[in-house]
Amino acid sequence: MEKSVIFAGFGGQGVLFAGQLLAYAAAEEGLYVTWIPSYGPEMRGGTANCTVVVGDEPIGSPLVRNPDIVVAMNLPSADKYEPLVRRGGLLVLNGSLVKRPVQRHDIDVIVIPANDIAESLGSVKLANVVMLGALIGATGLLPLSAIARALAEHLPERHRHLLAANEEALRQGADFAMRMWPEVVAAVSV
Amino acid sequence: MAKTLWKGNEALAEAALRAGVKAFFGYPITPQTELLEYMARRMPELGRVFLQAESELAAINMLYGTACTGTPAMTSSSSPGISLMQEGLSYIAASEVPAVIVDIMRGGPGLGNIQPSQGDYFQVVKSAGHGDYHAIVLAPATVQEAVDLMYISFDLAFKYRHIVIILGDGTLGQMMEPVEMPPFKEVNGGEPPAWALTGAAGRPHRVITSLYLSAERLEALNLHLQEKLARIKENEVRYDTTMVEDAEYLIVAFGTVGRIAQSAVRQARTTGLKVGLFRPITLWPFPERELDALIERVQGVLVVEMNAGQMLEDVQRVVKDRVPVHFLGRMGGIIPLPDDILPALHTLCGLVRSRNGHRVRPVPA
Repeated sequence: MEKSVIFAGFGGQGVLFAGQLLAYAAAEEGLYVTWIPSYGPEMRGGTANCTVVVGDEPIGSPLVRNPDIVVAMNLPSADKYEPLVRRGGLLVLNGSLVKRPVQRHDIDVIVIPANDIAESLGSVKLANVVMLGALIGATGLLPLSAIARALAEHLPERHRHLLAANEEALRQGADFAMRMWPEVVAAVSV
Repeated sequence: MAKTLWKGNEALAEAALRAGVKAFFGYPITPQTELLEYMARRMPELGRVFLQAESELAAINMLYGTACTGTPAMTSSSSPGISLMQEGLSYIAASEVPAVIVDIMRGGPGLGNIQPSQGDYFQVVKSAGHGDYHAIVLAPATVQEAVDLMYISFDLAFKYRHIVIILGDGTLGQMMEPVEMPPFKEVNGGEPPAWALTGAAGRPHRVITSLYLSAERLEALNLHLQEKLARIKENEVRYDTTMVEDAEYLIVAFGTVGRIAQSAVRQARTTGLKVGLFRPITLWPFPERELDALIERVQGVLVVEMNAGQMLEDVQRVVKDRVPVHFLGRMGGIIPLPDDILPALHTLCGLVRSRNGHRVRPVPA
C-alpha cells in the first residue's frame, strides 16, 4: 500500500498543518510517511501546498505528479490539481469556496462545505481539519482516532483552547463523507 | 526508541548535538536556515557554543580556529554560502583539522533560487577549495540517513583530521520523515586530541598551519595528504543498491534523486523491465569498484541528477564505454519525478538495442 495526498489552498488555510497531522498520525501508526511542503517564495494569501506519501514500505519519491488524493481548499487549488488526480483517485473539494462543477468523470469527488461547517463550530480556521476529516471518512486511510491523537499532541499552544472544536471538526468532516458518499468508502479501498 | 517525525534540517541539527558537536558557526540561507535556528536554540541550552557569524567567510574561519583546538565544530549553509567558504576549506584541509560542513543545495549558478538542486557536486566533490585534496562527502537520501551520517561525521573528521561534508538538497532539508534519533555521545571521548592547540603551559608548543614556504616541505605535506586520502578511499566507501541482482539496466543517482529513482525502479519492474539502482552514499570516495563490478553485468546505465551531468563524469570514468550511458538532468530547482525517469529508461533501452544490433529482447511496453 502506498497513497499520495496533496493538500492545497491559500496560505493561512492550514493546508501544511493538515498534511502534518496526517503525517504525524501515519508515523504513530508505524507506517512509512513523507511530508514535503512547496517552499518557494510564497506570499501571505498566496497558494500553499504539501505532499504526503503514506505507505507500508519505505517511501521512494516523496513527490508525485499524479496524486491518489487531492484536498483542494480553494478555487485556484482546485483548478491546478483537479486535472492531476490519478484516474480512479479522489478529489476532496471545499464547496464553500469552489462553486464551479467538477470536470473530471474518472475520479471520485467529495464536495464538502468546509468553511460553513467550520464557522458553525466557531472558527473558519477549522476548515482544514474538516477537510482532513472528510478525506479520512472517505478512504479510511488511517483511523480517525490516530488523527485525533495527532491533533491533541501537535496543535500549537496558541490554538490549544480550540482542541475540542478541532476534534469536532474532524468528526463532522468524516461523518459528512461517510453519510453523503457511502459508495466512495467502498470504491477507494486503501 | 519510537520514531518521531522530523524535518530534515532540524533532524541534522539534533543528530549533530547527539554526535557531540560543541560549537556551531553559521549564517542563515534558505533552504537550510532551520538547521541554524535549531542550533541557536539548543546549543546554549546544552552549554555549547552557537555563534551567528557576519558572513559565511567568517563562519568557516571561526570553524577553522575552533577546530585547531580539537573541539568538535561545524557549520552549515547552502550553495552560494559554500562557494564563499572555499578558501577556508582549503586552509582546513592543509592544516589537517577536523571540520563538518552541511550543504543543503539550492538552484544555481549565482544567487539562483531556493529550490532543490544538485549543482554543487563539482564544487563539493571535486574541489572543495584550491589544492590537491578531496573532502569526504556524504549524500543522504532520507531524513533517517541524514541523521545516521551526521552521527558518524565527527568521528570520521577526527579519525582522519579532515573535512566531512554532508551534501543534501532543499528537498531533504524541508521534508519531514519518521526518524529514530541515536543517543548522545562524545567525540574522541570528550578529550582534545594530542595534536590540538590547548595552551602550551608546561609542554613544547605545537604549530598548526597551512603555510609552507619551502617547496620540499609543501610537497611532503601533499604526499602525506595523498596517502591519507588513499586510506579513506580504501576504508570509507558507502553505497546502496536496489534490485541489482538480476538487473539488465542500472540507474545511478544520489541523494533525493536516488530515492526518487527507487520509485522509478519499482514502477519499471511492474512492466517487466529489469532495472536496478546504484546509489553512491559517499560521493568522495566514489564507490568505483562496486559500480565497476555491476557494469560487467548490465547492458546500459541511466544517470539521473538535478544538474547538467556532474556525477555523470564519475560514472563515465568507471563505465569506460563498456555499455551505453544515458543522462537525465533537470536544473533550476526542477525535480525529476519517476514519470520522467521511465521515458529516459526507455530511451536507454533504445540506445542499447541499436548498439547491440537489436539482438536483445524488446522492451516491454
